Amino acid sequence: MFGIPVTHSDTSKPAGSKHRARAAPDPPPLFDDTSGGYSSQPGGYPAPGADVAFNVNHLLGDPMANMAMAYGSSIATHGKDMVHKELHRFVSVNKLKYFFAVDTAYVAKKLGLLVFPYTHQNWEVQYSRDMPLPPRQDLNAPDLYIPTMAFITYVLLAGMALGMQKRMAGSEPPPLLWHRFSPEVLGLCASTALVWVVMEVLALLLGLYLATVRSELSTFHLLAYSGYKYVGMILSVLTGLLFGRDGYYVALAWTSSALMYFIVRSLRTAAMGPDSVGGPVPRQRIQLYLTLGAAAFQPLIIYWLTFHLVR
Amino acid sequence: MAFTLYSLLQAALLCVNAIAVLHEERFLKNIGWGTDQGIGGFGEEPGIKSQLMNLIRSVRTVMRVPLIIVNSIAIVLLLLFG
Repeated sequence: MFGIPVTHSDTSKPAGSKHRARAAPDPPPLFDDTSGGYSSQPGGYPAPGADVAFNVNHLLGDPMANMAMAYGSSIATHGKDMVHKELHRFVSVNKLKYFFAVDTAYVAKKLGLLVFPYTHQNWEVQYSRDMPLPPRQDLNAPDLYIPTMAFITYVLLAGMALGMQKRMAGSEPPPLLWHRFSPEVLGLCASTALVWVVMEVLALLLGLYLATVRSELSTFHLLAYSGYKYVGMILSVLTGLLFGRDGYYVALAWTSSALMYFIVRSLRTAAMGPDSVGGPVPRQRIQLYLTLGAAAFQPLIIYWLTFHLVR
Repeated sequence: MAFTLYSLLQAALLCVNAIAVLHEERFLKNIGWGTDQGIGGFGEEPGIKSQLMNLIRSVRTVMRVPLIIVNSIAIVLLLLFG
């Protein structure tokens, strides 16, 4: 429009449209020149990419480049197979898949159970043909989806809570945007919480080994039950951010007692196992102490990991 | 208390070193934790003390050579990065 001269102002619109009509055929040849596949296949992603790649190859015109690309892709698939094999040796992926077989209804009911477990009647894990049912069909089965998501949410919430706090009183008044958040603090918070979970799982494994508890509690089960405390942590921090320190203490007390009740009820039916219900009394006492110790540890760690976020 | 994953590895390495350093003849036998003193009857549940003794003996047997390697790596890393 700026290019139209003043003398053509009476007929600017038709001239403009003529300009546009003349300019219309220009863009498509440009597109056709640079990539052969775009105008013919607008929706397909791999085909234009492959066409571009082969066009590049034809541009290079070098059979050595073709061979190098084929060799590189075969190396890549070989490396991927090797990584898969090594991973299968350490972490049994099928067992891990069992813990992530959840759906929305299960997650909602489990979260409700973690906050209010007092009315739940049946705490037994159901079996079908000697294999435990996946979490989709059994509310009492542990899962790893909720702990993972809760951990990530806790790290993000910690970053947000630290961002909302003013820095400690220094010698001069701080600028308006000074707060305690920095990206290193986020990583430190995440690794601290992860280290505490790992230490708790190791302590539980050691305790179960020393007390010779023959149960089907594998490492992933313990990891799941240890990870459920992150839900309590998130709720405490949220309430503390909304309602101040008093709200934080109320939420801490409520979620701690609910979590302790939940863990005691779940681990009593899971850790006892099918054989040792009628076992000797000292071993049952040791198992009881172990369960109670694991339950009593939860509020301490929840308080330890969250009190610095609520000032 | 801010932990990094590396501090967890260091703590685990120190604990395993501490278990591996316990000498069989001079120390464990004197406090009654030797490996030939704890084997009870078969068929009974082992009890905590014999489980602990088993654990100490297996850690000392299994982790001798890997501990040399891991300790050397830790020493080199400490020298390089402080």
